[in-house]
Amino acid sequence: MISNLKIPEKTIIKQPAMIFDQFDPREDKILRIIDNEGEVINKELMPDLDDETIIKAYKSMLYARVADQMAVSFQRQGRMYTYPPILGQEAIQIAAGQLIREDDWLAPAFRELAIMMAKGVTLKEIFLYYMGNEHGSKFSKANHVLPICVPIGSQLLHATGIGYSIKYQKKDEVAFTFVGDGGTSEGDFSEALNFAGVWNVPVIFTIQNNQYAISVPVKSQTKSVNLAVKALGFGIPGIKVDGNDFFAMYVAYKEAFDNARAGKGATLIEALTYRKGAHTTSDDPSKYRTKEEEQEWDKTDPLVRLKKYMDKKGIWHEDEEKLIEEYKQEIDNQFTEAENFGAYPLDDVFQYMYVDMPEGLKKQKADYELFQAWKESRK
Amino acid sequence: MEGEQKMSVMTIVQAINNALDIKLEEDKSIVVYGEDTGKEGGVFRVTEGLQKKYGIERVFDSPLAESAIVGAGLGMALSGLRPVVELQFDGFTYPAFNQVISNVSRMHNRSRGMYKVPMVIRFPYGGGINALEHHSESPEALYAHIPGIKVVIPSTPHDAKGLLIAAIESDDPVIFMEPKRIYRAIKQEVSDEKFSIPLGKAKVLTEGNDVTLVAFGAMIRECQKAIIMAKEAGISVELIDLRTIYPIDKETITDSIKKTGRFVIVAEAPESFSVGAELMAIANEEAFLYLEAPPKRVMGFDTIVPLAKGEPLYMITPERIFYELERTAKY
Repeated sequence: MISNLKIPEKTIIKQPAMIFDQFDPREDKILRIIDNEGEVINKELMPDLDDETIIKAYKSMLYARVADQMAVSFQRQGRMYTYPPILGQEAIQIAAGQLIREDDWLAPAFRELAIMMAKGVTLKEIFLYYMGNEHGSKFSKANHVLPICVPIGSQLLHATGIGYSIKYQKKDEVAFTFVGDGGTSEGDFSEALNFAGVWNVPVIFTIQNNQYAISVPVKSQTKSVNLAVKALGFGIPGIKVDGNDFFAMYVAYKEAFDNARAGKGATLIEALTYRKGAHTTSDDPSKYRTKEEEQEWDKTDPLVRLKKYMDKKGIWHEDEEKLIEEYKQEIDNQFTEAENFGAYPLDDVFQYMYVDMPEGLKKQKADYELFQAWKESRK
Repeated sequence: MEGEQKMSVMTIVQAINNALDIKLEEDKSIVVYGEDTGKEGGVFRVTEGLQKKYGIERVFDSPLAESAIVGAGLGMALSGLRPVVELQFDGFTYPAFNQVISNVSRMHNRSRGMYKVPMVIRFPYGGGINALEHHSESPEALYAHIPGIKVVIPSTPHDAKGLLIAAIESDDPVIFMEPKRIYRAIKQEVSDEKFSIPLGKAKVLTEGNDVTLVAFGAMIRECQKAIIMAKEAGISVELIDLRTIYPIDKETITDSIKKTGRFVIVAEAPESFSVGAELMAIANEEAFLYLEAPPKRVMGFDTIVPLAKGEPLYMITPERIFYELERTAKY
């Protein structure tokens, strides 16, 4: 469903170049192309995407949303453990999914369901991971995707290093990585951008600024006018984009990818969005934010906006309810496959720790097997 | 307990909150902060209500950066405050490791005693809660190995309160590790008054004659279950709760081993180069001639704590403790 996202290379943006230059983060400018009503407010920058591509992108966003909501409900049913929802952040990742190639690298954090799927990670794998099985991090069909990375901001450095490899090996690839607004406070964030700048490597850093680091609002995270401006201190371009505007995200990424592939180095994109759900299923947002604020952001919902755009253009003729039912069936099948993955053998605790397993570790396993045998004998 | 003392039933979470409350009330130089520690009261609600009571200058949310939380805390401690900082999870303490090992632990020595570091670094630790990666670790050995800091791990609400108050009052930096698995699992009558439990003193929880069993934190509860099984098998176990990892109470441990001649250690961290290894060394150095069986460690494997599906294989159960107690007793 979602795997066939790539659009043909013929797609051209009318704007000559350097959208980044037009939206100076020091002036807190924001790149936005459609408004909350789906009206095009910046015709010059509107990407020349054919209808089919736009419809497909919307469907991918919808698919990701349904999958995400089902994941939350599977967790509620006790069939999965702690899960971080992406609700409201779909446009960012699906816009990137249009441009990221099979051989490009993805170093995700942990709220990147949609882009991971766009790279070919299966839902079965994602579900398996959140069921508490490490096999869910072994992506059988996705090329160049690192496992989910939980320590905040640490994945950014890995993308920078991958960028160095790409440059050294003279490959036509891009390293792509995500962080949240809270993660920009970690030392690793600054270090990753600094190295990427010094090395001039093809890395695209995206800050999904969803307004909260668990309970802490972004205004308590930084005194900076925005997060995009931080790029300038490292000598790389930064831009603030309406992350709930699919088209704006698309053109920003298009330029970032073009620059990266042209040897112009790294870029930082701050995607302004809102985490409509909880931080994870263990979190309760009512402790730290108001319903009024949530309702205000609801007006910017990325799916609603793109849908309104398509309605105005008269290109959406699908029965959405029926579509959702189809998706649910597909997602449910993936979940069932994950649930039927099988037991967790003792071997899985030990065998992947080292390529060359130390003798002491083999002994620990053998001792545990003796204990298991004793336990069995007592039954 | 002495007659008139007012008692309340508390969980470990409530006992820690109560200790912080008492010290914040009493000492204006104390500040409490960390990620989500202020408004929300922490992801485990340990600091709940404290910001409301003591204000945003004394109990607050910091930006998301563990190294800065600890490094800035050191600066505060050097200049007249007594910070009690929270790191969100065991597996997220490592960005701050550099500050702990390179500065927090050394400042007193480096300045030849001119600067003291009256600072507490609190964090929840340990497995058994079906968590994501980095949320189930027991890094006590990493911290106990650093000269210049003390490492404390309570196992009950009463101890959590008394040890935390002692930690806050200590002029040396203290790593205070909280057993998250039993944060709310144990309820106990705890005095509402201020009291402290001296750091560096282990506690004999159950007296026994056949085997000495040493543990700490969430593993105490598992040991207590194993002791019941052992009793049914006719084995009398002496259970010792370390309470402070460093400085370690050699005397209490050694006295017990001399009495029983047999020694079993329980901890959930990986076995190699662990607190268990230190206890082994103590048994050998201090009570070698009294040992009637090889001392035994019942500890985590030298692996990452598996995700939820594999975690039951890793976590130490009462049955596994009993298995080793019996083998040691019958050796």
